[in-house]
Amino acid sequence: MPAVLIENVHKSFGDLEVLKGVSVTVESGQVVALIGRSGSGKSTLLRCINGLEAINSGRIEVAGHVVDQDQKRLRELRKDVGIVFQSYNLFPHLTVGQNIMLSPRITQNVPTAQAEKLAKDVLAQVGLSEKFDSYPDNLSGGQQQRVAIARSLAMQPKVMLFDEVTSALDPELTGEVLLVMEKLAKDGMTMLLVTHEMAFARNVASTTIFMHQGKIWESGASKEVFANPQTPEMLNFVSAGAK
Amino acid sequence: MTTFGWPEAYFILRGASWTIALTVIAFVIGGLIGGVFAIMRLSRSKLLRRIAAGYILVIQSIPVLMVLFMSYYGLSAAGIELPPFLAASASLAIYASAYLAEIWRGSIESVPRQQWEASASLALTTPQQYRYIILPQAIRISLPPTVGFLVQLVKNTSIVQVVGFVDLMRAGMLVNNATYQAFQIFTLVGAIYFAICFPLSRLSRHLEKVMNASRSH
Amino acid sequence: MLFQDVISRWPMILNGVMLTLTLSFVAIGLGIVLATLLTGLRSLAGAWAGYIVDAYVELMRNTPFLVQLFMIFFGLPQIGIRMNGLEASLLAMTLNLAAYSTEIIRAGVDSIHKSQIEAGLALAMSKRQVLQYVVLQPAFARVWPALSSQFVLMMLASSICSFVSVQELSGTAAIIEADTFRSFETYIVVTLIYLVLALSLKLFLNWLGHRIFPQVSGLARLDTKAEAA
Ligand SMILES: Nc1ncnc2c1ncn2[C@@H]1O[C@H](COP(=O)(O)OP(=O)(O)OP(=O)(O)O)[C@@H](O)[C@H]1O
Ligand SMILES: [Mg+2]
Repeated sequence: MPAVLIENVHKSFGDLEVLKGVSVTVESGQVVALIGRSGSGKSTLLRCINGLEAINSGRIEVAGHVVDQDQKRLRELRKDVGIVFQSYNLFPHLTVGQNIMLSPRITQNVPTAQAEKLAKDVLAQVGLSEKFDSYPDNLSGGQQQRVAIARSLAMQPKVMLFDEVTSALDPELTGEVLLVMEKLAKDGMTMLLVTHEMAFARNVASTTIFMHQGKIWESGASKEVFANPQTPEMLNFVSAGAK
Repeated sequence: MTTFGWPEAYFILRGASWTIALTVIAFVIGGLIGGVFAIMRLSRSKLLRRIAAGYILVIQSIPVLMVLFMSYYGLSAAGIELPPFLAASASLAIYASAYLAEIWRGSIESVPRQQWEASASLALTTPQQYRYIILPQAIRISLPPTVGFLVQLVKNTSIVQVVGFVDLMRAGMLVNNATYQAFQIFTLVGAIYFAICFPLSRLSRHLEKVMNASRSH
Repeated sequence: MLFQDVISRWPMILNGVMLTLTLSFVAIGLGIVLATLLTGLRSLAGAWAGYIVDAYVELMRNTPFLVQLFMIFFGLPQIGIRMNGLEASLLAMTLNLAAYSTEIIRAGVDSIHKSQIEAGLALAMSKRQVLQYVVLQPAFARVWPALSSQFVLMMLASSICSFVSVQELSGTAAIIEADTFRSFETYIVVTLIYLVLALSLKLFLNWLGHRIFPQVSGLARLDTKAEAA
């Protein structure tokens, strides 16, 4: 069974149809990059996968959960599906450690000592062990984003979603975050990521999907797609250096 | 006819302590009611939102004096004779609840939407989101306007003397009736109100500055 | 419940409403003028004038309206200044509203950038014109919502003037109540009237704001919170 199965999904905001029949399959352990122009519906698609947006029609299944708007089922799903946002969204009133331990403790009843160990493990994974007691405000953007990734990892998710996690970062901080993601990919995490980092999509993602005007315009093996764009839109997008 | 001296000043100071007690009680009870209305105002249910909005609008659009008379005479029409202190506390609590509800709703709403999304994405329930993520941040945001409102509340306690409760204001009026030295007496009464309110006003402004400073870095 | 006794006294009630409105509008008018003068004094005259205005504003904002009213009505005669309840009420309302409005208008004036004034002068406007078109109009437009709320609060606070036996709406209520012994009915009716007055005044001020400041209604509004008197 695929880790993510999206079938003919339609989504509108009022009169504006943002997703016009999107179908995507992500196999377990696969890394899939989602690229496309601003406004093409990438974030919306990602947000539909963990139920932050409700779809109008179609079907989404992720990590064995069917996405609907039943709050209880959504919470079960979200324990298995991590999401990392462009704007980090750490909780500013909690320390790094507390940010990470909160959900395991209160939604999965992990005992405090064990949660603390878990937090230290994931922090080590993103290379920020020494920041356990810092507040988010005292971290750089790149560090905050790595903490956000660690916070998701502490849920021990089966699938991770990333929405342009490096777009808000200065170029010199982008690398450290991408490195963490690359390591995750190598460790076999199932990942669906929206990105403007074409090199990263080409080199790390096995599959790249190009979205255009709310549709999957083109998709295939990353190397292939970037080397031989099949549509003028994709060609345009890639050759424009797309940032 | 007596003249205004130490016993009278002491009597007025005792009234002042009742003014403070009244403020605290009205704030605590009003805060509890206001908290409920703030959450209702933000609930998913349209009906609850409407009820809360209606309550807040009505209370904010009538004089505190009318809230006082309505609770005082309304209850006695229903056969319940409230002692003045309770009637005063109840009406001031109702008054405070509407304003606090509105202040706190605003504070909760000014916690960024992303904090809701991030915590929802971590599988928190709505009560958990409020408890661990939203309220701790909202409370910080609400501190300056809440302290600012306390000043309004202290000042508004002055009208409850009309139901016979001897607060700072009524103490002053009673002394005035005995001594006819209104100028000195109301200067003293005003000075005491000022001594209570001014530090609160400054605190509110100070908190606001601290908050703005921490937000901009 | 018997409302006839109360409703049948509608001419009295109407008089009360008229007096409440008159008090409010006169106080609003005088209050704005005074507040504008105080704001000007604060920023144009020397530092000492600023301190005095600030002290006045703080004094009024940190004492109850009722104390201010009693000070004027009962306290001033002792030093030879005597006035009736109506005059005392008008004076107290005006002074009170002026203090709150000064604070609000100041926030508006502070929000006008200095470069705007320089730009105005560079366009060969006179100082008076700059003051009117570049400073005051946009400043007022920005704080109009806050001022409006303050005006409504003042109208509601005018009920306190019944304590110096002014027969505005709540003073009228006291008389009807004494006449009819129908306390609850009386106060329900009067409260409803206040509610209607407050909501209408809010709508009217809103409409007025759009009329007076059409050119700047798109400006960012400064939401200085209005505060109860
Ligand atoms: N909550 C919303 N309400 C209304 N319209 C929305 C909402 N969210 C997104 N949209 C609209 O949906 C369209 C797709 O938005 P989306 O954020 O999915 O694009 P995107 O591909 O992620 O773009 P970007 O690269 O800029 O992040 C846009 O036109 C956007 O304005
Ligand atoms: Mg996006």
